[in-house]
Amino acid sequence: MEITTRSLWTLIHGMGFGALYLLASAGAIALLYQRFSTGTHQIPESGNDRVLGIYLTVMAALAWLTVLSGTYIVYPWYRAAPPAGTTNLAAYPRSLLLSHPATSQWHLIGMEWKEHVAWLVPIAITMAAFVAIRYARDLGRQPQLQYALHGFVVTSLFAAGVAGFFGAMLDKNAPVDGGNIIHVVQEGKQ
Amino acid sequence: MSTQNTILADTPAILTNGSGAAAILAAGIGSFAVAASAIAADKSAFLKSLFSIYKPTGALSGETTVAILVWFAAWAILEVLWRKRNVSLLRINVIALLLLGLSLLSTFPPIGDLF
Repeated sequence: MEITTRSLWTLIHGMGFGALYLLASAGAIALLYQRFSTGTHQIPESGNDRVLGIYLTVMAALAWLTVLSGTYIVYPWYRAAPPAGTTNLAAYPRSLLLSHPATSQWHLIGMEWKEHVAWLVPIAITMAAFVAIRYARDLGRQPQLQYALHGFVVTSLFAAGVAGFFGAMLDKNAPVDGGNIIHVVQEGKQ
Repeated sequence: MSTQNTILADTPAILTNGSGAAAILAAGIGSFAVAASAIAADKSAFLKSLFSIYKPTGALSGETTVAILVWFAAWAILEVLWRKRNVSLLRINVIALLLLGLSLLSTFPPIGDLF
């Protein structure tokens, strides 16, 4: 069983950081709902006031790791231009997608949207983490801040979902592959 | 447990909302900067070349770097202006979420290409 370095980085970017972020987003929405849906503006139990800030900070770290690994590690492999005369485009995903009308829209709409919309996520969630830490217990008394947190967290989930969906579809149609081969399980071992 | 769940109305003074408002509006501005720089680079060959600060990633590297710088600059300026004040958060939220929504829409290529 083996995997190439490019596949491994794609996996770390998408299934590692990105998928974890999506899962965490659902948790953040549940946490916000649980904390602020009581109808009465209350101070949370001692210690719980920090949980939201810590949780959103971890999410912000995941979001930054996702966009930075995507933009500066995986994307250059995706968009690499093939040398003139190359007929096998398997190592050049962007060119491979654009070479056929049935797949070109995955790049022209999918990647073009994904590469930009994903950057809204770390901005939104960093703000949410800052506000949650800065206001901590006071958040319960600032409903407008709560609404902003809800709005930005939900929107970041949508943006991350768009990026994740197109990332998966792009990798299905034209996987980023190549580089050194890493043997996960050596031949003869089970 | 009930003694710890104190009704906030009975508790003393709260922080001003200016710092939160600054972060919220700056996030809206930063998000919009992502979309605006992407559209600008798409329309101008000069900007596309200028934004290619890291060649393997192309214009995306500059577009996002500029947007992040705009975001941080807006945040710093608004923080200095508002940190000790209470501002109209409803208005700030509406503007920030509108900017975020516009960014989502205008990064979608069929809409971004209309500009």
